[in-house]
This record gives sequence, C-alpha cells and structure tokens, in this order.
Amino acid sequence: MMLRMDALLADPEVKIIVCCGSGGVGKTTTAAALGLRAAEVHGRRTVVLTIDPARRLAQSLGLTELDNTPRQVKDTQLHAMMLDMKRTFDEVVLTHTAPERAKEIFSNPFYQAMSSTFSGTQEYMAMEKLSQLRSADSWDLIVVDTPPSRSALDFLDAPARLGRFLDGRMLRILLGPARAGSRSVFNLVSASFGAFSKVVQKILGAQLLTDLSGFVSALDSMFGGFRDRAEETYRILQDPQTAFVLVAAPEPDAIREAAYFAERLNAEQMPLAGLVLNRMHETAVPELDAATSAAAASAIRASHPLAAEVLEVHSLLMRQIVRESGMAAHFTDQFPGVPVAKVPAQATDVHDLSGLRIIGAALADAVG
Amino acid sequence: MVTGKGGVGKTTVAAALALALTAGGERVLLVEVEGRQGLAQLFELEPLPYAERRLGEVDADLRLLAVDAEEALLEYLELFYKMGRAGRALRKLGAIDFATTVAPGLRDILLTGKVKEATTRKDDNGNRMYRAVVLDAPPTGRIGRFLNVTAEAARLAKLGPIKSQSEGVAALLRSPMTSVHLVTLLEEMPVQETTDALQELAALGIPAGKIIINGSRPPLLSGHPKVTQAALKRGLADAGLPADQATIAGLRAEANAHLARTALEEQLRTELSHLGRPIVELPLLPDGVDLDGVQRLANILGS
Ligand SMILES: Nc1ncnc2c1ncn2[C@@H]1O[C@H](COP(=O)(O)OP(=O)(O)OP(=O)(O)O)[C@@H](O)[C@H]1O
Ligand SMILES: Nc1ncnc2c1ncn2[C@@H]1O[C@H](COP(=O)(O)OP(=O)(O)OP(=O)(O)O)[C@@H](O)[C@H]1O
Ligand SMILES: [Mg+2]
Ligand SMILES: [Mg+2]
Repeated sequence: MMLRMDALLADPEVKIIVCCGSGGVGKTTTAAALGLRAAEVHGRRTVVLTIDPARRLAQSLGLTELDNTPRQVKDTQLHAMMLDMKRTFDEVVLTHTAPERAKEIFSNPFYQAMSSTFSGTQEYMAMEKLSQLRSADSWDLIVVDTPPSRSALDFLDAPARLGRFLDGRMLRILLGPARAGSRSVFNLVSASFGAFSKVVQKILGAQLLTDLSGFVSALDSMFGGFRDRAEETYRILQDPQTAFVLVAAPEPDAIREAAYFAERLNAEQMPLAGLVLNRMHETAVPELDAATSAAAASAIRASHPLAAEVLEVHSLLMRQIVRESGMAAHFTDQFPGVPVAKVPAQATDVHDLSGLRIIGAALADAVG
Repeated sequence: MVTGKGGVGKTTVAAALALALTAGGERVLLVEVEGRQGLAQLFELEPLPYAERRLGEVDADLRLLAVDAEEALLEYLELFYKMGRAGRALRKLGAIDFATTVAPGLRDILLTGKVKEATTRKDDNGNRMYRAVVLDAPPTGRIGRFLNVTAEAARLAKLGPIKSQSEGVAALLRSPMTSVHLVTLLEEMPVQETTDALQELAALGIPAGKIIINGSRPPLLSGHPKVTQAALKRGLADAGLPADQATIAGLRAEANAHLARTALEEQLRTELSHLGRPIVELPLLPDGVDLDGVQRLANILGS
C-alpha cells in the first residue's frame, strides 16, 4: 500500500507529524523535507523542530545559532528550529521557580549532569518543546524530528523514565528516613537503603548526598511532578491530530527497529501514518540482472574496458537492489496494512533546499 | 578502543580487530559496554552474561564479555564492602539502576574500571591474562565524556575509592597501552565526527590510533571520468546485450551517479588523510557480515 503523503501534509486535522526511526536512517532529512513541502506545496504554517541536524543542512536551514526559537528559513515559508536541550531544561526551571532558586539549581552538579548528559533528557526536552510549540497556537503543522538514539523506542520510553527518576520514590527513599513517607517501606528494605546510603557516602563522599538532596528538594518544590508532564505529552502523541512517520533504511537493524516500533505504536494506540523506506537504490534497467551483467562485463573487459566497468557498476547495483527489496519485504510482509513511501538514495548527501525538495517530492511520490 | 559514529561498523570492526589480535595463539578479550548485546547478535549467540566466555565458533582464543554497569557496581560493592546479598536486594528495588543512572559519570567509571581490571589482570604465573582487550566503545558523540573519567569523578566525588579508581583508569587511558581507533564511512557526517573526535582525544591527552574506513567500494570507473554513449553502445552490442536508447540512458545515469558518489568519497578520503593518522580501508562485504566476513576483515587488519 502506498503512503499518500500529500494528503497527510494537506490534512487540516493533522497538526503534528513525528519522524522517528533508528540512528542515521534519515529522520532529520525526512522531517525537514516534509516541513518544506507542507509549507511550499500546501501553504500550511509549518515549523520543523530538528534535533542535531548535520552541519551543512543546518546551515541551509539558517540554523547557525542555537537560540531555541523558530526562525523563517530564507526564501521559503517554512520555519525551522534546532533543539537546545540544556536551554530547554533551563527554561522549564525558570518558568517554574524564583530566580534565586533557579540559580541554585543551575549550579547543582546533578542538575548539570542531568541537563546535559542523562540519556533521555534529549527525548524529554524534545517533548517539552513540542508541547510549547503546540500551545503557542501559531502553527498549522509542527513537524518533529527525534533524537539520534540507537533504538526508535527510546523516544517513547525515555521521557517517562526520566520523569520516574526525577519524581521518584527512589530518590525519597535513598535520601533517608528524615523525609516523610519513607517509613512506610518495610524494615529490611529501609535497612538496606540505610546501608546503601552509607556505602554511597563512603564511595562517593558526603558531598554527593548533600548535592543530590539539594537537587531533589529543589525540583520537588518546583513542579507538580515530572512524571505528570511526561504523561501529558505522551497523551498528545496518542491524539488523532498526531501522525507518526516511521523512517527506516533498507538494512537489517533499521528494519528490525522499525518493526518493534510499529508494534509498539499499535499497542499504545498511537497513529502510525506509514513507513518511509529511505535510501532505496533504484535502476532504470531492471531487466538486466546482476549475474548477466557481471558475466557480460568479464566477457568484454579487454575489448571495451569502459562498458565493462559500467556493467560492473550496474551488477553491484542490482545485487544491492535485490538485497534491499528483500529487507523491505521483511517489514511489509509483517505489516501489510502500513502504507509505505520509498525514497531513492541520492548520489550525494542531502544538505540544501533543492535537495530537500527532491526528497519531499519522492516522499509524496510526485517525482518528475 | 573502537569508536565512530552510530552505525558505521564499530562492533563489526572491534570484532575483526580482536580476532586479528589472536594471531599466534594469543588470548584476546572483546568487550562491549552499551548493554545492547551487539556481540551476541554479531556472532549469533544467546545473550552474553556478565562473564568472560570463549567464542567456540572460531579456532582462536577469543573471549567475549558484555559489561553491565549494574553488575559492575554490585561486584564493586561486594569487593570493597562485602555487600553481596544486600546488594542484590537493592537491585531488585531498582536502587542499583538508580545509582548508575542518576550519576551518568558513575556508570562510565564502573565500565572503564572493569576494562582496566581485565587489561591489567595477571594469571597464576604473573603473566598478563590478555594480549589485548578490545572495547566496542560508545559512539563518537559520547566518547570524550566516556573516557574523561577523572573529570566526571571529580564532579561526583572529592575523596574515596571511586576517586582513586578513576585516577587509575585515567592513567591507563593516557598511557601507550591505549589506542582509540576511529571507524568511519566515506560519508559526510561520520567523517565530520571523526574529525571532531580526534580533536577531543587530543585535548584529553588520550592516544588516537588508526582511522578505519569501513564499507569501502572497489574503485570502478576511476580511469573513466566520462561515460560516452558511443563507447557504451559498442560494448553492449559486443557483449550481446540490448543496446537500445533506454538501456544506454539508464546505464549512463547509473554510471554518472556512481561517479558523483566516488568524487564525494575521494574528497572525504582526502580530508581524512589530512588528519595525520594512519588509514586502513575495509571493503564493503556485498552480502553483509557473518563470521566469515569478520574473518575476512580480520585478515586485512592483521596484515
Ligand atoms: N535519500 C537519501 N539519499 C542520500 N543521502 C541521504 C538520504 N537521506 C538522508 N541522507 C543522508 O544521510 C545522512 C543521515 O541523514 P539524517 O541526518 O537525516 O539521519 P538521522 O536519522 O536524522 O540521523 P541521526 O539518527 O544521527 O539523527 C545525512 O548525511 C543525509 O544527508
Ligand atoms: N564492511 C562491511 N560490509 C558490509 N556490511 C557491514 C560492514 N561493516 C558493518 N556492516 C553492517 O553494517 C551494520 C552496522 O554495523 P555495526 O553494528 O558493526 O555498526 P556499529 O557502529 O556498531 O553500530 P551501532 O552504533 O548501532 O553500535 C550491520 O548490519 C553490519 O552487518
Ligand atoms: Mg537526526
Ligand atoms: Mg555497535
């Protein structure tokens, strides 16, 4: 089944498109191409939220500064921004707490570690930024790129995980009996925790616990719970106004990840619009197969070296095409109901607007 | 250490390198630290435990280990504090996961600490247990932080065993015993990340090793910058293949796409050659990587 991408981009009911998939498959490229097409071809007020775009693509989109606000892309109607995860985290803190308190939090080493290195912070902050953009109400369509994690599922799981940590029982218990509520845990357990706290103190020093405790109580006073926020954005993803576009390259790992993700979206009742098979190789001469081409190449190597090498190029290409369509079939056999769009591999990287337009046209199957 | 951008072939190359280093009957340990069971997948094994196991499928003394930060913390607690059972109880409650997650630096110290332990371990005769320990390391985006254990430790702990442990690790990482190899593809982003990572390593004083270009393709058409219609037509006709307009146009388009690609690759190769590290190229294995494929890549690395 073919993915009708133009219908999706033009649909006024669709307000958020999330591009997800495993690392390096083309999520950022797809997100930018879809955003550009929605703005240019369908005239929708569109913003694309990119995450860690390749440097040259970022330059083409005018994203030279990490200022965390959407900017109009030169010569287009598209707006684009690049997620600054630390700054988004800081913004969350600033909107919920008094300036002196915020200062304290910013200088806490746990906050510093968490806001810049914790796996999951990027996912969480992408969600946070998405809700901000959504509540600003100035966009017809928000296209969201997702962080370069190895597993596509991280995008769904990391925010809740981070929420659990920040909001967690574990922190309260770990910080010892002084805090209310921990007594309810039965004795042996709290005894182990007491021991654990002591060990942590021994290994890491008392300063660590003081910092940790400062961090927790600061956050505690601040939010109505990180977990709630994570759950709220999770609900946005289940909303029918959201469409997931799953991106995969025709390689075993990417296809396997895409299958996990499609299953998961289904289980979570999140709307999967379709699969993009990116970087598919194609040929204009499908009737000349790999073996015939290779045999012909060796037959004429001495007399026609140039033609022989052209045939070798074709032969390698045909082998790759056969392998790739086998890969793609793994997915389509398992999910016959999921619409698919195929995007040809370009000869060179995609890093300017004209490249994005070509990808956009291919996504919509509107080439030529 | 083997690092590189996500998906460039770190796990594959680390495995090939480890296998190459077993030459002459030496014992080598191949370690992964990302909790992904990448080695089990590569060698088609059941998930690996937190234990050094010999790989039975090859005629070499290659051992595999999947280090897990939680297990490493438990091992550590047991070693220094005899916290065996209590430690396991804490794990059930998620406390161990919590401790290794809330302080990301702690996780890295535990992981690199385990690598150090294996590297410096001696057998009963006082000889080094392993000729080499090969680490399938985190990707370039995180490698600097991963290896900069002392800075992380200093942030977390001013005193105590974690601090001294991290100092030991840092010394080993900065010694000539360590070499960080960078795997890349001839694509823009992996090459950029290779460049960035080399700078980062230099700033940290950690020795960089080779640049390993993975997935390299045979240099077809390199002597033929222009594919003319006439030459192609004659060749096809001689080979007894259809030489109609559509076929010729199609094949020429493919050849030109190939030339555009190789021109870009050549440019990236030149960029890499200016980074001042030795370069090794590993071929793209047309049918993907299996054990024979790893062996093939090992032979190239070994020579
Ligand atoms: N169809 C295509 N043809 C050729 N090159 C492509 C294509 N799609 C993407 N690329 C290139 O592949 C590289 C990776 O693409 P991109 O950055 O979009 O992937 P990603 O999924 O966002 O990666 P990450 O997981 O690292 O964020 C880029 O250099 C991009 O230009
Ligand atoms: N030389 C090669 N020829 C053909 N395929 C290869 C080659 N090297 C790696 N691959 C394939 O590329 C994919 C990625 O390789 P690998 O898992 O080793 O990369 P990685 O850098 O460890 O990825 P990750 O960042 O996800 O850990 C795998 O499917 C692997 O089989
Ligand atoms: Mg990206
Ligand atoms: Mg790997």
